[in-house]
Amino acid sequence: MIKAENLVRKFGSQVAVNGISFEVKEGENLILLGTSGCGKTTTLRMINRLIEPDSGTVFIDGVDIRSRQPEELRRGIGYVLQNHGLFPHYTVAENIAIVPRLLHWKNTDIRQRADELFHKLNLDPSIAEKYPTALSGGQQQRVGLARSLMVNPPVLLMDEPFGALDNLTRIAIRHEFKALDELVKKTLVMVTHDVQEAFEMGDRICLMDKGEIKQIGTPEELLFSPSNEFVSGFFREQRLQLELKSVLVTEILPGYPEKEITVWEKMEALLHIRNDDSLEEQLKIEDLMRAFLAYKKK
Amino acid sequence: MEQEQSFWQFVVQQSDKLWSQTWAHLGLTLISLIIAIVIAIPLGILITRRQKLSGFVLGFAGILQTIPSIALLGVLIPFLGIGPKPAILALFLYALLPIIRNTYTGIKEVNPAVIEAAKGMGMSKWQVLMKVELPLAFPVLMAGIRTATVINVGVATLAAYIAAGGLGEFIFGGIALNNSNMILAGAIPAALLAIILDFLLSLVQKINFRSIRIAYLVFPFALITLSSFYLLPTQIGGRMLGGFTPEFMGREDGYLGLRKIYKLGIETVVISDAVMYKAAFEKKLDVISGYSTDGRLKAYDLITLKDDKHIFPPYYAAPLVRQEVLDQYPELEGVLNQLSGYINDSTMTAMNYKVDQLKESPEKVALDFTMAHHLYKPARAAGHGTIRIGSKIFGEQYILAQIYKILIRGNTNLNVITKSGLGGTKICFDALTNNQIDFYPEYTGTGFLVLLKPDEKTLKGLAGDIDGVYHYVSREFKHQFNIKWLKPIGFNNAYALMMRREQAQSLQIKTITDLTNHLNQN
Ligand SMILES: Nc1ncnc2c1ncn2[C@@H]1O[C@H](COP(=O)(O)OP(=O)(O)O)[C@@H](O)[C@H]1O
Ligand SMILES: [Mg+2]
Repeated sequence: MIKAENLVRKFGSQVAVNGISFEVKEGENLILLGTSGCGKTTTLRMINRLIEPDSGTVFIDGVDIRSRQPEELRRGIGYVLQNHGLFPHYTVAENIAIVPRLLHWKNTDIRQRADELFHKLNLDPSIAEKYPTALSGGQQQRVGLARSLMVNPPVLLMDEPFGALDNLTRIAIRHEFKALDELVKKTLVMVTHDVQEAFEMGDRICLMDKGEIKQIGTPEELLFSPSNEFVSGFFREQRLQLELKSVLVTEILPGYPEKEITVWEKMEALLHIRNDDSLEEQLKIEDLMRAFLAYKKK
Repeated sequence: MEQEQSFWQFVVQQSDKLWSQTWAHLGLTLISLIIAIVIAIPLGILITRRQKLSGFVLGFAGILQTIPSIALLGVLIPFLGIGPKPAILALFLYALLPIIRNTYTGIKEVNPAVIEAAKGMGMSKWQVLMKVELPLAFPVLMAGIRTATVINVGVATLAAYIAAGGLGEFIFGGIALNNSNMILAGAIPAALLAIILDFLLSLVQKINFRSIRIAYLVFPFALITLSSFYLLPTQIGGRMLGGFTPEFMGREDGYLGLRKIYKLGIETVVISDAVMYKAAFEKKLDVISGYSTDGRLKAYDLITLKDDKHIFPPYYAAPLVRQEVLDQYPELEGVLNQLSGYINDSTMTAMNYKVDQLKESPEKVALDFTMAHHLYKPARAAGHGTIRIGSKIFGEQYILAQIYKILIRGNTNLNVITKSGLGGTKICFDALTNNQIDFYPEYTGTGFLVLLKPDEKTLKGLAGDIDGVYHYVSREFKHQFNIKWLKPIGFNNAYALMMRREQAQSLQIKTITDLTNHLNQN
């Protein structure tokens, strides 16, 4: 779906991105992870031609994006920014209608699609006529996402979409977004510097440093088979938590009925029902931990 | 007496003039403003895109703003002549900075994330500008336009100095004539114009534009076309054109008298003394109201027309001194009177010519004069007291002030300060009565007509009577203000109509009556 080949971009004498290549398959989530200033945003912006590479090529569906008109290209790619970038002089309804208007959608179609997204994103319809400044940070970010999804683009680029939110809201919205059916089908490239977020959201993670890729692979691969010192060092501090997040319950307890749940998620779920005095569940959290440790020894 | 006329009576009586001046004022302000908007906004946008240009452009517009208005008008006259054109250009130049600067900052202040989002969603550069940057910069941009508008309404009063009309005609005429009704009739509408325009623009400022459309630009162009009709009446056509100072326009012994007594029907524009002579020389004007001892008469080869019906009263110059000062320093009166009899019309014209045209300093001219006439004595030790000499803002007054300074320093132990540059008759006289100066050279005619404002009967009785006027003002000033007229110096700097020598000769015009007849025939 998206293929980046050997992207290089300099700003003056500073090399922001130095020979980056990756591929994102249809429906896959790729996370660009790395400390601030390592070139994530620059890489992301080269995909919708907000930045032109000095050398290298990006293909979308096999087509070199340089052969496409930049504006036309961008209208077909969803783009979500850290600071939502909502137009302060437009109401919420007007904001989310921007791309459909650029594509000359009919008003009724716009309204219908907006209603649908409002519903899916748990947005109160009454905010449609409000201006962005009247919304909470979480609402603003939801509207920003709704705006990028309006024309249902197959590709979505997100640059630290939760970065401006407080911790609790961030975790809540992250869970919501993850569960959103609209996002499941999308090819998604997301930038973050938050390791936990990368492990929760990413099918694959592209770990970057100083404009270069250190390793690209599934969370598990990065964690359990780091290809260099940098990668293992990068996760050291949060290692246990990340391991719990990257291992599925079925991997440590073969035959467990819930297929897609990670050990971390299961533990979170168990902790939530701790007050139920359910002896059976209390036992399970310990079993889970024991099984996990056994799995790790192997 | 004029003073007793109420403000409303004045406004009603002069309502035609008031309207035409207000329209002219509005026209000047709006035309220059719209041209400035049309040029400054794109320029402001340009410098957000070419950052390197911004310092230069803003700096240059900033320098324009610091040029004093009168100086700017003066610089423009050689290129554009007189009338609305240089006035509009000057106003346009003043309006540039606030609009460029606010367009620039307005756009620069737009949240980069919003612009980034706009581009990322696939808006073209033009769409980003029209739908995002300009609408969001709009309140700041409008604040710049409001600033420019208020500045322009104020500066447009100076248009009256270069025959471009506007409320400055009343304001400066009123100041010159010591007529507060006239000043207010100009100043109040000017202030109202500023307030109303600013208010209307503040309403526009509050509009939340979703996008700026080219259609909005049509509106100002429609306005410009409409207001440009105002320019038509002052087109200088084939007929003779008179250019008179605001003061002359309002005076019985000026334009009003020309109309009443001579039945002179000439098209007129209002213009400042500073540019009038040159404009006549350059054939932009044919008849001007000058002073008979003005040095520029000589410089521009102009001649005065004989006042055959005696409407211009004598203007003999004499020191006007506060009696208290004379009492305090009894030696002063005799010293000041020393000058009496030494300067006639042509001596004064020649000295004025040196200062105004040859750019010699008034100090030097005064020194040369006192030397030549053996009036000069080296300055004595000072310390006995200080005399403050005032003067109006033109060469002749500067020269006289310097001569008096030499006389006082050479003959008394008094110190002297000269306070030159007191705007006009009213300002000078107020300074005298308020004890800010001790004396200044004044003209009998001015004292008689402007400061005393005699009734019709006195006017008629003293018409053409040189001594009678002098005695009348001496008596009245003593009585009303405790101020003394010393002996007249000797020259008569009266109003006179002037024309280019060759034109006057070819048309055989020697007197004002000749001029009236010529105009009536054509
Ligand atoms: N427009 C730009 N001009 C100059 N330098 C830039 C620009 N954009 C990014 N950089 C530099 O390139 C490097 C990578 O930036 P960026 O891609 O924004 O990093 P990240 O998103 O990983 O924090 C940084 O050192 C940054 O300072
Ligand atoms: Mg970044």
